[in-house]
Amino acid sequence: MELISPGEFAKEKVQSVQDYVLLAVRSVANLFRSPRYFGDAVQQADIIGVGSLPIVLAACFFTGAALALNTAKSLGRFGALTLIGQLVSIGIVTELGPVLAALVVAGRNASGMASELGSMIVTEQIDAMRALGTDPVKKLVTPRVISTVLMMFFLTILGDFLGLLGGNVIATVVLGLDSRQYWSSAWQALEFSDVFTGLTKPLVFGFIISTIGCYYGLSTKGGTQGVGRSTTEAVMWAMILIIAVDVFVTRVLMVILGS
Amino acid sequence: MSAPPTLIEPSAAEATQPAREAIVFEEVAIAFEDKKVLNGITFRLPYGESKIILGVAGSGKSTLLKLAIGLLRPDSGRILTLGEDVTSMKEEELFDLRRRVGIVFQESALFDSLRVRENVAFRLYEEGGTRESEIEDRVREVLRFVELEHTLEMFPVELSGGMRRRVAIARAIITKPEVLLYDSPTGGLDPVTSTTIIELIIKQRDVYKTSALLVTHRLQDAFVMATHYFDQRTNKMELLPPGERGEVPLSFLILRDGKVLFDGDTQQLAHSQDQYIREYIS
Repeated sequence: MELISPGEFAKEKVQSVQDYVLLAVRSVANLFRSPRYFGDAVQQADIIGVGSLPIVLAACFFTGAALALNTAKSLGRFGALTLIGQLVSIGIVTELGPVLAALVVAGRNASGMASELGSMIVTEQIDAMRALGTDPVKKLVTPRVISTVLMMFFLTILGDFLGLLGGNVIATVVLGLDSRQYWSSAWQALEFSDVFTGLTKPLVFGFIISTIGCYYGLSTKGGTQGVGRSTTEAVMWAMILIIAVDVFVTRVLMVILGS
Repeated sequence: MSAPPTLIEPSAAEATQPAREAIVFEEVAIAFEDKKVLNGITFRLPYGESKIILGVAGSGKSTLLKLAIGLLRPDSGRILTLGEDVTSMKEEELFDLRRRVGIVFQESALFDSLRVRENVAFRLYEEGGTRESEIEDRVREVLRFVELEHTLEMFPVELSGGMRRRVAIARAIITKPEVLLYDSPTGGLDPVTSTTIIELIIKQRDVYKTSALLVTHRLQDAFVMATHYFDQRTNKMELLPPGERGEVPLSFLILRDGKVLFDGDTQQLAHSQDQYIREYIS
């Protein structure tokens, strides 16, 4: 690997952040400019949403079950096992559902976007698109951003439900609790702020996943090795940002909602 | 310079052009990571003329084509394409200009997720306003021009290298561009397929009078283009009579060390006394 001076390294990183921000802004600004690629957005929604559904549902279901098992141990000590529904529902809806779904979609789709767009870069398909008079950001990035944001929202709702269902299976089958009592306590524990927080996060995470995936794809350099590098970095940075931004969003929403 | 036997009247697009040159480079320079690839490049491509760009690998031939339509920005100098200064235009403004220029990339650059039909019609779909039946007719027409009408429903991955280049040519000419840019259209192809591609380029030059920049490192291509014309009656490329060889709207640009070593027509090239050029063309 070529060694560069700390100054050059810092300059490169600042340039990368600037390029990423510009791409993210353009991807949103394109929503208000024609042409709009509705068909491409629907196609991407199918790839991102339907394609990620089984793995998101499985991850959330088993996490909900594991959460129920772990909390049951602590609750049992205080004779408060009936509160298990509340703990699982708040944990899943506000935190684990959105973050898990986002991490799974990042692993699957940020890599997919980076490798697809990266391959298009190295085979000059992006240049060809520009040469044919089409803006690649409008045609390729904006539909992916819209689809990922929308699909993350719906995937998280379904993931939350499966997480609660996983908790329910443990509560009834392993702990011998009443199913109706579980669902009733899970439902009653949720406040507006919990649901609002849980459904705002996936929108932010969807934006991060798609813009990071597209940014690394479009900034691919070199041949197939470059595509591999972009794919890995896209997944890594998408996951880091999701986890870091989660803390920030949680705090901001707490302040806004006064919870 | 006398015209070859079958040349037809200039196209309407060409006749109405106010500028005399399709492409003008003035003192253009570009460097990649401190390495100067092009340094002070100046040349003109008149309307209706084809210019063959020759040079060793890495001499900046492909870079020059990308500069012509603003896919790359020069560090200095000025580039006028179809009368518009691409060096001062924003990316959004360049999209309109690029719709008037066709380009065939070195590796074809077909969209691998789209069928041949959609690849060829890409520009028409993007521009909008064309009826589906008309798009179908025009796609079939250009695919017939490159003799690949049967590949309509195929994906690029199902085509051979030569077929992909021909589809790329069809995609470039579907909107009847005023200038065509060919980036090594015969690179890596067998001699028979290369000749088929060059025949298509000559057909485009002689039938539609499209201005073109053609990058190649195959002297054979340049030789064929200088000595042949397209006969519309036989629908074949024919050898020019001995006295008229080189008498086609064709010129040459040879690049060396990022600079223009030679810019002139076939006769000037043939009679050049420059040692490097003599070795290059021998």
